[in-house]
Amino acid sequence: MQFVQNFPFFSIILSLFSGPLSSILGGKKAKWVNIAVISIVGCLSVAVLAFVLSTGEEYVYMMGHFPAPWGNEIRVGILEALMAVFFCLIMLLSMLGGEKEREQEIEESKQNLYYVMVDLLLCSLLALIYTNDIFTAYVFVEINTISACGLIMIRQNGRTIEAATRYMIMSLLGSGLLLLGICFLYDLTGHLLMSNIQEKVRELYETGGYHIPLIVALGLMSVGLAIKSALFPFHSWLPDAYGYSTLSSAAILSSLVSKGYIFLLVKIFYRVIGFDIVRDSRVVDVLFVFGIAGMIMGSLSAIRENNIRRMIAYSSVAQIGYIYMGFGLETTAGVIASLYHIISHAATKSLLFVAASGITDVSGDSTSFFDLTGAGYRNKLAGVAFTVGSLSMVGVPMFAGFISKLLFAQAAVESVNKILPTLIALAISTILNAVYFMKTVIRIYTPEKRKVLKQKQYTTVKMKDQPVKSAALICFIALNLFLGLFSEPIIELIQAGLEMFA
Amino acid sequence: MSKKVPQEEYEKTLSWRLRQWLDGTKDPFLDNVEMKPQKKFSEEKELVVKREKEKERIRERVYDVRHNAQMRYFNKFYKVFSVLFCLVLVFLLLVAVSYLPTFGNPENPVNNEVAARYIESGLEETGAVNIVTGMILDYRAFDTLGESHVLFIATCTVLILLRNDSKKKKKDGEGGETDDLENDRLHEPKNDVILQTVARILVPFIFIFGIYVILCGHLGPGGGFSGGAVIGAGLILYLNAFGFAKTERFFTEKTYKKLSFGALACYCLAKSYSFYTGANHLESGIPLGTPGAILSSGLILLLNICVGLVVAGTMYTFYVMFRKGAY
Repeated sequence: MQFVQNFPFFSIILSLFSGPLSSILGGKKAKWVNIAVISIVGCLSVAVLAFVLSTGEEYVYMMGHFPAPWGNEIRVGILEALMAVFFCLIMLLSMLGGEKEREQEIEESKQNLYYVMVDLLLCSLLALIYTNDIFTAYVFVEINTISACGLIMIRQNGRTIEAATRYMIMSLLGSGLLLLGICFLYDLTGHLLMSNIQEKVRELYETGGYHIPLIVALGLMSVGLAIKSALFPFHSWLPDAYGYSTLSSAAILSSLVSKGYIFLLVKIFYRVIGFDIVRDSRVVDVLFVFGIAGMIMGSLSAIRENNIRRMIAYSSVAQIGYIYMGFGLETTAGVIASLYHIISHAATKSLLFVAASGITDVSGDSTSFFDLTGAGYRNKLAGVAFTVGSLSMVGVPMFAGFISKLLFAQAAVESVNKILPTLIALAISTILNAVYFMKTVIRIYTPEKRKVLKQKQYTTVKMKDQPVKSAALICFIALNLFLGLFSEPIIELIQAGLEMFA
Repeated sequence: MSKKVPQEEYEKTLSWRLRQWLDGTKDPFLDNVEMKPQKKFSEEKELVVKREKEKERIRERVYDVRHNAQMRYFNKFYKVFSVLFCLVLVFLLLVAVSYLPTFGNPENPVNNEVAARYIESGLEETGAVNIVTGMILDYRAFDTLGESHVLFIATCTVLILLRNDSKKKKKDGEGGETDDLENDRLHEPKNDVILQTVARILVPFIFIFGIYVILCGHLGPGGGFSGGAVIGAGLILYLNAFGFAKTERFFTEKTYKKLSFGALACYCLAKSYSFYTGANHLESGIPLGTPGAILSSGLILLLNICVGLVVAGTMYTFYVMFRKGAY
């Protein structure tokens, strides 16, 4: 066993340990611990990715002295390592981008608790990515849920408390359904380890035993995770939670927390049940329908919204719809497209949140759409960044969003029954996306009248004034361009990882 | 021949006091116990009206109910759909459950090699007589590590929500403290003798029992989670009887922070060591000891203590935060 193979375990334990450590440190020190931990975990994940690529095969890592069905284990493949790298990168950039807002909006004595939440959130995401045991996944889903609640409500105004309450109710319903599904599966198979469950499920499926509870278990787990990741009819908690929480919380919640659950769902589809059985069960059809509904309804809500933060939040509903639609296509190509969209949406959505805060900063801290006129001139970098994010969301070539839309369209062609609804939904959704994003871009580049400018006393922000945020924005833009221009290696990685998965 | 006791001496004895109590001539609790009748909860009409107005205002300002058609429909259909949804879910789950393997059947899939090994060689491999403890703290210790952090993060979230830091600042100034004390005991008598006496007798036993449950978690039913809950309950009882002035002497926020950090760090390090050695196929070098002895079963005793501390701290912190918003 090589030393590199310990790295996934090290990253989980390191982020787990830094949580309690931050609780006894002051806010400033906790921040440095947090940034250091995210960077270290990111580097470790890169090393793991390189190692897995060089050996070309996955490996399992025993957590303790007992082998798998008795003890816990984690499993590391290309896809897992890739996701870990991206999650760390995006989390780091989101934390850097929202630094100033955090210091202003959170009580000073509670600053360190914020970092406790983020550290443990990172740990739970890593554990969800790497675990090979479905009950371990559930334990870390709990940590994920609670820390997400904390992230929402730590900026204490009435709306965030209400948003956190809603989030908690919906999310606990999701956790409950997931747990029920796990219980059903355990009762049917007698295992909690993913590979063993899959063996047993295949056996049951071939003999036709326990067909109904098996389908119900699959349905419960899919619906539970769909609720937790805000698939269309379950999205009511989302706009307030993303719209009013502090900036880095909104960025992390929209780009990472919901994606962690979706990744777990992919894991359940491929590693616990087996994708062909999932396909035959028609559960994916339900996800397909709701995904398409989400793509359109989310965009319609976003068009009606006048608050820019909430508008971006509603756009998340549409993007989550895309991802579920990809699962619904029933082909490997569809899942690859969804996984790519997980990455590209995470990169774009956090960019949009950070850029939007830069824009609202120079508009008298108003999030109202009408106050943003000309904001692109007052904060140039944020304006450019917002434009890049918008173009990417709409799906203009060169940017990340284009590649995922292209992949979705290609995948739709392979799926015989669903080609028409998918392409129509893609077209409509793209137009709707363009409506609300371009409307905002045009608004921020429409020069404001001199008189109004003087009257409202808007400030102008230059890049030098906020070096950290500017650096984060530039990195985000670069990441978006990278994903848009050099998507080939990443798609190949996802493909190879998915093959390893099954 | 009994000796006649003089009246004055007789008045000092217990039997005289009992006699008086039986006769009803003297109430032993009078003047000794503060017997303030509980204040009736009443609210001025103006306040109620004001609150209602506020509610209305929030409804209009935040949701804009009059213009928000979506909200109006939502409210209308909400009740019907919630009931329908629950009924459908209940029906679906009941149907699914009826297809599950029969409960208690030895042929069931759950009775497989996994459970068999836990039962057959659990004692030998973990050194814990209590198989459940061996399972959660040795075989599947990673899950339990996560679970203890669930408790920790739940406390942190409650601290975020309820810890009142602005009050503390006022306390440093003037006038804050008395307000604090009065608010804290608005509806209950101070220094309740009955409660204090009972607590004085019970609390040591509760603590000892809790410690016993934690320390013997690997030998019999019990463990860190249950023992920690018992100790936490004891702390809460003590706090109720004697007030914050007494508990602050030994349990402040600093204590909690250090305690939970120490316990979790200890757990983390101990388990990291065993995960690392386990995964790399190294000898852990931790002796399992003789099964049944208190110092046996490797790390389990230490882990139980850590979990117990975290659980006790969590319980107490929850109570304190909901009651006062500060330690």
